[in-house]
Amino acid sequence: MGSAPFGVLRLSRHCVYDLLRLEEQLLRKTPGRSWLVVNDGVKEPTVVMGISGKKEDLVDSEAARRKGVGLVKRFTGGGTVVLDENSILVSLICEAADAPDVPELFPRALMRWSKDFYDPVFSAHGDFGLSETDYTFGDLKFGGNAQYISKRKFLHHTSFLWDYDPQRMKCLLHPPKEPEYRQGRGHLDFICRLRDHYGGGREAFLGSLTGALDARGLEWEDIGLEAVRSMLSQAGGAGALQSTKRVPL
Amino acid sequence: MLSTSVRQGARQLRLVRNVAVAALANGSAQPIGAQIAQSCEFGSAALVPLKKTELVSLSQVGGNILPFAARGYATVVDGLKYAESHEWAKVDGETATIGITDFAQSELGDVVYVELPEVGATVEAKETFGVVESVKAASDVYSPVTGEVVEVNDALVDDPSKLNSEPFEGGWMMKVKVSDASDLDGLMDSAAYSASCDE
Repeated sequence: MGSAPFGVLRLSRHCVYDLLRLEEQLLRKTPGRSWLVVNDGVKEPTVVMGISGKKEDLVDSEAARRKGVGLVKRFTGGGTVVLDENSILVSLICEAADAPDVPELFPRALMRWSKDFYDPVFSAHGDFGLSETDYTFGDLKFGGNAQYISKRKFLHHTSFLWDYDPQRMKCLLHPPKEPEYRQGRGHLDFICRLRDHYGGGREAFLGSLTGALDARGLEWEDIGLEAVRSMLSQAGGAGALQSTKRVPL
Repeated sequence: MLSTSVRQGARQLRLVRNVAVAALANGSAQPIGAQIAQSCEFGSAALVPLKKTELVSLSQVGGNILPFAARGYATVVDGLKYAESHEWAKVDGETATIGITDFAQSELGDVVYVELPEVGATVEAKETFGVVESVKAASDVYSPVTGEVVEVNDALVDDPSKLNSEPFEGGWMMKVKVSDASDLDGLMDSAAYSASCDE
């Protein structure tokens, strides 16, 4: 196990740009400490691309401008999502020691590990699976994943579709490459709302996430945002990478 | 589809990848177009078993198709130095060419994006010099040596898949003018690296 308990940071309606920059700092500047960061809803609707995303391939810029949706490129890999008040973002920022069943930190092994991590949360609510790199009930996606792997620490974050606005989804172009299980389906035909599957409601889901840490015997403690900022400020490292960027539409 | 090629000139066996499942019933196999060259020499390369076993079909001379079980292998090339983090360094005078190993590219999956340092930048041994993206993950890559970047492989910007298809040749990432030769002492030779991958 890591040397300190998991820090659990619970946020609500946090700006996704600020959230991503915070997560990258937690990844790079808190050696020996793992984190579970939960953000319930996003303050301003935003399209978020992965590190290699190209706006012209992935985003209907005109639609995004019309709808008042911003654009951010994040530091992790993966695809493009629209985030808003309906999205629940959960990030695991883990020391390798807290994932001892993954001998070397490579993407596919970590993706499988994450599915096992979330089994206690979702398996009672449907046919929960990992379809390529998405969390699904059956063949319907309710969670998209992305990772960053650095030395003996990794970040795995998920955007859960608690609900979604079909109009905002129109900001996304059909990606050049899609997962095989999508089988050519339109976007709205291959996703589903988590709220339609998770009995107990949104608060129950948010409360269940630390249960996944308990199921693995991982100690955890709630830490507030101000304490986290203080910790990062003391860690210094002004030269740490900050690869998340706002992108003009 | 299972495919392997042997480059006689470099005496390398390219990584066996993808899984071909052969029907074993009745001793026959469903051919999937797989061939493994058996006449190559391995004088200057070793095979490192990957942690998976695959069922493959072999097309033999004469057209007979036979099933057998084989482990996947990654290439480790003699004469290079290797870091625990799966980068290689080829030293030529004061300059080291750097890339990621066959084992690393296999574990990463299909690489879709590469970030490289600027020419003239300083890189530090065991510190990040770039990023590769594969399978929804961005992964740091680490320099085995300290020094000044004198050249980067711009071809990877347009074709990052070279990291997968040619990890030791066309997939090289950067060239560094080494400032501290003692960095090389901390790296593994091919035998030690092979052994570490097999653990």
